[in-house]
Amino acid sequence: MRPPRFLWVPFELGRPFGAPGEPAFQTKVVRSVLALLDRQDGPVILEDFPEDAPAVSEEDMTGWACPINLPKPAAAEEPAMLEEVLCEIAQLAPWYAFALEGRGRSTFGVAGLEIEAVARFLHAFFDGIPDNPVPGVTLGDALRLANDDIRSWYLEAATARPGAASSRILADWFWGETAAGRLLLALRPVCAKSPDAGVRLVAETQFVPRSQRHRHA
Amino acid sequence: MVRLNDLPDTDARHLRTKECPPFDSEPWVTGPPLAERRVAIVTSAGLHRRDDRSFDMRDTGYRVIDGTLSADALVMTHSSSNFDRTGFQQDVNVVFPIDRLREMAAAGEIGSVARFHYSVMGAGWLPHEIEPTAAELAGLLKEDAVNAVLLSPV
Repeated sequence: MRPPRFLWVPFELGRPFGAPGEPAFQTKVVRSVLALLDRQDGPVILEDFPEDAPAVSEEDMTGWACPINLPKPAAAEEPAMLEEVLCEIAQLAPWYAFALEGRGRSTFGVAGLEIEAVARFLHAFFDGIPDNPVPGVTLGDALRLANDDIRSWYLEAATARPGAASSRILADWFWGETAAGRLLLALRPVCAKSPDAGVRLVAETQFVPRSQRHRHA
Repeated sequence: MVRLNDLPDTDARHLRTKECPPFDSEPWVTGPPLAERRVAIVTSAGLHRRDDRSFDMRDTGYRVIDGTLSADALVMTHSSSNFDRTGFQQDVNVVFPIDRLREMAAAGEIGSVARFHYSVMGAGWLPHEIEPTAAELAGLLKEDAVNAVLLSPV
């Protein structure tokens, strides 16, 4: 596209300044891109940032484990799925609290609901079109925000303990091992047939990451 | 941007099919040295204050982020589920390096940090679809005497 000044970085999608908790490395990236402003040899300066982010390699991940013992998946009956998710939430709640305390912040809460209410709202789509509990947004967007929230809550809880985990391992854990992941995987084809066009759009395009759609509930 | 060969095949295929029309022109301006620049961040990460409106699925608008706001007050309602959010969950500066800019301003590496920063939700817009928003933001940035913008794509 040939923009005036551009620094290409090799970091994964969602991390344009490298890695969390690495301020020196982030500064190096910011310095590199802002340095392009002092260059006079444009238009069109395309530079590559030469270093990979100081990410944890997946070979070093043997120390990370889910903070709770997740039960084996039960038969994927819809009512049981909600109970499994609520049970999981109860087990993970202390870890979420540790994460909140340690970071002083949380990205959970964009739907404005408690985590248990998020789970119940999502599960209610198995029974048709639920009431929209999120004021000011469409039902499709409420579904999307609830989906964001349950993933944020789980992943913040999962990263509460010291020790890093790669984003790929964390995603595989959520989608491959948790009841919440199974709930979302099972819900996607149901919502894809919803009479609500916004719900269908979310289910078809945003509900489950492309890299996780091979999984089955 | 990531290396395509570091992505799962499904994501790499998706990105390879993205339409990337070339710009019609190659605009170019120079300015004062970096140590005299006033720097703002514009990100496509779908960030906003927790009490601000969330981004909806077809939202071409923007949200204002007060430069004095604690970065920890920000949430993300980007519509895509196909990028990592665990980095942002642990450290806002991974997508919105406001603390790094403040440090650089304090050290005299940049002139100052803008009063206001901006976020859009960058899910698949073509340039002409987001252009009116970009033009409006350019005006707002000029009013704030900004002469350097750090674009943070997500």
